[in-house]
Amino acid sequence: MKYTANEMMALSAGRMIKDGDIVFAGTGLSILAATAAKRIYAPKSVVFFETGGIDPTLDEMPMAVADLRTMSGAALNSGLIESFSIVGHKKLHTIAFLGAAQIDRYGNLNTTCIGDYHRPEVRFSGSGGANDVASLASSVITFMKHEKKRFVEKLHYMTSVGWYKGYDSRSKLGLKRGGVYGVVTNLCVMKFDEITKEIYLAEVYPGVSIEDVVKNTGFEIDTSRAVESSPPTEKELRILREEVDPQKLVL
Amino acid sequence: MGKTSDISDKVMTVEEAVHRFIKDGIQLSIGGFTVTRNPMAIVYEIIRQKIKNLHVVCHSQGQALDVLIGAGCVKRLEIAYGGNGRYAPTCIRFRRAAQNGEIELEDYSNYQMSLRFLAGALGIPFMATKSGLGSDILNIEGFPKEIRGTGKVAKEKFVVMQNPFNDGEDNVVLVPALNPDVALIHAQYVGEDGTVRIKGLTFADVEQAKSADVVIVTCEEIVPTSYIRAEPNLNSLPNFFVDAIIKVPYGAHPTACYGFYDYDPKYLNMYRKMASDDNLFREYLEEWVFSISSHNQYLNKVGAERLFSIKANPVVGYAVGLDRK
Repeated sequence: MKYTANEMMALSAGRMIKDGDIVFAGTGLSILAATAAKRIYAPKSVVFFETGGIDPTLDEMPMAVADLRTMSGAALNSGLIESFSIVGHKKLHTIAFLGAAQIDRYGNLNTTCIGDYHRPEVRFSGSGGANDVASLASSVITFMKHEKKRFVEKLHYMTSVGWYKGYDSRSKLGLKRGGVYGVVTNLCVMKFDEITKEIYLAEVYPGVSIEDVVKNTGFEIDTSRAVESSPPTEKELRILREEVDPQKLVL
Repeated sequence: MGKTSDISDKVMTVEEAVHRFIKDGIQLSIGGFTVTRNPMAIVYEIIRQKIKNLHVVCHSQGQALDVLIGAGCVKRLEIAYGGNGRYAPTCIRFRRAAQNGEIELEDYSNYQMSLRFLAGALGIPFMATKSGLGSDILNIEGFPKEIRGTGKVAKEKFVVMQNPFNDGEDNVVLVPALNPDVALIHAQYVGEDGTVRIKGLTFADVEQAKSADVVIVTCEEIVPTSYIRAEPNLNSLPNFFVDAIIKVPYGAHPTACYGFYDYDPKYLNMYRKMASDDNLFREYLEEWVFSISSHNQYLNKVGAERLFSIKANPVVGYAVGLDRK
């Protein structure tokens, strides 16, 4: 069965979610992945939004975290402070999906600007809740378009902290839990070394070569642990297309 | 007996509310979040009355902020996020103003901004959080040094300190309280006693309102006291926080209002196009703000067919099947 990179990305990220996880969703691919996870792999996971909507029905896909669809049929409609009290709650395993303009080898993210902060070449939306969930959640999964200019040696602005400078540097900052679990791109899935916290190539999608990944990454990357991802099954694709995004707003 | 509170001195028009409460250079807190419950009717009137040099504080803002910036009303901005969902992942006039250095800009995160409003509401000077440690939100300051400690600009952007209750290494970030001059809130209901009810997500609107000196509430409906008091646990603000009440149906258009109407994709797509070009944006302001003399005229211009298309299904709260591309 044919499938698109977006479908492979949503499913790759969805496969990382387990029953019991509390999934913090943004918009676009992340809401697709969170919904797919709940409907395919982890029916006992819970989707919630930084705006405060907890476990909405998601009969239609929200296109912003403040979309009315994040409020409809929810277990609870709360506010931002309540929502961040969930993200950082030590009793919960919270997983946040993020996206970014730039990422470095330790999974730190830039969603603020390209160029000098004071007179940027390109200004982006800014942190929103990204810095907060990167600081507080148990785990972060990041979606990236795989391009050399996005996988960079040095971020133009570090909006959200991943593994900071590697090893135990994150914890030394005062961020005692959390960190980045994986990076899902249109070519591959990347993870982080247990000790050094440096990014490595974990999976390449069927039809993608390791060389494709290397030449689209702006820094050297360990490829020795790479395996091929299993392609989407018919069932995964059917649920994704027919139940998760029937209006084709993201797919 | 029976008579609760008279709000006749608080009920007014948007013209009067802006004229009385919004002055050049004030610190203005805008409620709502990206594409939902932006206080648009008030914002359009602020532009018409040519209020300038505003110091805007918000967490994640969308349309209201972008139009205000585009119209040249904003001098200074403390913000976590400027975006309009898929219709403008980064708000267009905000982006332009930041790139051209046209506004003084300071970045925080959503949680930090929410805590700053909460601190202001509680009357304490700061709140502590783990958010921001190690990031450029702390390492890079946007405001020029000379404005720190002046007006309503905090003396420091933040302070990192060691947890005083712990001997080990354990840093926390202190963020300064906000007490804006005015907060703008759009709610679904205000009771005839002045009680405010926000339906759906409240974001940080309650903290924003309680931290401000003056609170202006626009609403979809003014409802009987008996109705709003039948389920007090659903209410958001008691009347004594509220200084101005204005009934403005569709007052958050083109952003959404849970249970009443969805965001307006056609309008937001049009806005994106017009905001992307300086000349077109001037035309936009002329056509949709300056040449509009009443909210009814604005709604007529949007048109009954469009307003009907975004009308929310009252059961699920949004417009089911709305073409959102």
